[in-house]
Amino acid sequence: MILVVVEHDRGTMSPATWEALAAARALGEVHALTIGEAADGLVDQIGNFGATVVHQVHGDVLGDYGPEAWGEVVAQAVKALDPTVVLATGTDRGNEVMAHAAARLDMPMVANVIEFGSDELTRVRWGGSLLERCRLDAPVRLLTVAHHAFAADESPVAASATPLAVELDPVLSRTLVRDRVERAAGVTLATAPVVVSGGRGVGSAEGFAPLQELAAELGGVVGCSRAVTNNGWRNHTDQVGQTGTRIAPDIYIACGISGAIQHWVGAMASKKILAINTDPEANMVTKADYAVIGDLHQVVPAITAEVRRRRG
Amino acid sequence: MRILVCVKRVPAPGARINIAADGQAVDTAFLGFTMSPHEECAVEEAVQLVERHGGEATVLTLGPSEADEQLRYAASLGVARAVLLPITGPDWDPQRTASAITAAITDLEAADGAFDLILFGNESADSGGFQVGIRVAHALGRPMVNGIKGIDVDGDTLRARREADVGVEVYEVPMPAVLGVKEGINLPRYPTLKGRLASKKVDVAQVVPQAEAGGQQMVRLLPAAEQVSATVILGRGPDAAAAVVDMLQEIGVLK
Ligand SMILES: Cc1cc2nc3c(=O)[nH]c(=O)nc-3n(C[C@H](O)[C@H](O)[C@H](O)COP(=O)(O)OP(=O)(O)OC[C@H]3O[C@@H](n4cnc5c(N)ncnc54)[C@H](O)[C@@H]3O)c2cc1C
Repeated sequence: MILVVVEHDRGTMSPATWEALAAARALGEVHALTIGEAADGLVDQIGNFGATVVHQVHGDVLGDYGPEAWGEVVAQAVKALDPTVVLATGTDRGNEVMAHAAARLDMPMVANVIEFGSDELTRVRWGGSLLERCRLDAPVRLLTVAHHAFAADESPVAASATPLAVELDPVLSRTLVRDRVERAAGVTLATAPVVVSGGRGVGSAEGFAPLQELAAELGGVVGCSRAVTNNGWRNHTDQVGQTGTRIAPDIYIACGISGAIQHWVGAMASKKILAINTDPEANMVTKADYAVIGDLHQVVPAITAEVRRRRG
Repeated sequence: MRILVCVKRVPAPGARINIAADGQAVDTAFLGFTMSPHEECAVEEAVQLVERHGGEATVLTLGPSEADEQLRYAASLGVARAVLLPITGPDWDPQRTASAITAAITDLEAADGAFDLILFGNESADSGGFQVGIRVAHALGRPMVNGIKGIDVDGDTLRARREADVGVEVYEVPMPAVLGVKEGINLPRYPTLKGRLASKKVDVAQVVPQAEAGGQQMVRLLPAAEQVSATVILGRGPDAAAAVVDMLQEIGVLK
């Protein structure tokens, strides 16, 4: 049996979980594990993705998300249900919960798997710039599924719910979420349809004003490279890349960015990429769909002016 | 506050990552080395916390003897003490790394008292296993939250913030604690000349680690599928603006 740990936030299931459930179907019979009462309403949705049984865990320390409490639940579920494989999402929460479970079970765990072979697994390294084939010597395979590596295809079955009893030490409440600050509604870097990004070539914090204007004109937001955040020109929340945000806009306009691999992995899911760079050999230029060779300080305002001219 | 920061030496590739002929490692012949940006921020956070609350920061790494470079870099930013757990050959697996670090921490604490806070990077930049810090925390019986982008000290408690899809989550973790931090928690300083000179004199303690291999074994590295696109050059300089806007209309971005 393959056990999938359902990632949810107060009862809302994450899209990454749909992918994990879909990936699990190729491996065998799928059961799901939901943690906390808030997730009790997810049975039908889980059934849509092909899990036949949903093991529901309730407990005093499960009122909100908590990495240690969730990890302990997964560890106890492994002992009680004896699955051959446990899959969690390759997200902040999924990787964290699986690591807490693996530590408790004293078993290996493999993060961000993209391919399940009969005895070898393929996983991502370097945020996706490199792959690793690995072998796992373990009684139960504890794995997380890389986000976006599997399609979230549905395969509806009627899932049944069953309670799973666990014993949880009250001390686990020490890492529960205590408070939340909701994000103001609006377009974010991760979800924007257009991202106009600047790199070292922009030269200063003030140099971003023309990029901001073009972004506003196109209904998008401003992004940047790490060279920019390191210089203090923009806040890290604008950084695209391996240690920043992964984006997937309709178009990514990269101005004065060389296209280092750690930047590229954050931008490569963009539908189209336009590079504006003085260097025709820059990696960003050679990998982009479109390029303009030239000084961004002249090219960007010219594009904004042309957009305005056509709008009349 | 007594703070320990655990860092890893990783190559710093540019346009692409090349794999060595035997498939066992990244070809580093022409590469510099660094610590992951997450860990650079962890070092900065430790230095800032000591500046604000007093105490002392220590940096520790398990890696090749060349990782002395990353330890001294941390020292140049204001970390007082450095510990190297030297290994030879390929990277250790996550379980083995975690048990060696746990043993080293236990020894350091037996000699000089407990660390109030142990910081890790959210994940290592190269192998990205997402687990060493969590395994160490569990072995020490301490609370651990990963992905932290803000830390405030309030008596014996740490208020730690992390960004999620819906907003910011706040955790209140009792010390002694372990946290994994992400880049963006602060803006790391650059070393001063004075810092760099001082870092040359820091005594790096060396303890040869011993730990059994875990259950995850690397077979080989493979290149990620590369996106190949024939780039359409829309023009040179500001004169290209018309062609750019034509393209934006064509792909439906501009209606
Ligand atoms: C582990 C690790 C993680 C990392 N994570 C990230 C990450 O998340 N995001 C990230 O961005 N980086 C990341 N980096 C850093 C990355 O390796 C690069 O250093 C960084 O992306 C370079 O930024 P840049 O392209 O702006 O600067 P540069 O590489 O200096 O490139 C500047 C470009 O601007 C062009 N240019 C200059 N002037 C002009 C002009 N007037 N008009 C037009 N073009 C001009 C130049 O031709 C050049 O191509 C990471 C590095 C490591 C080691």
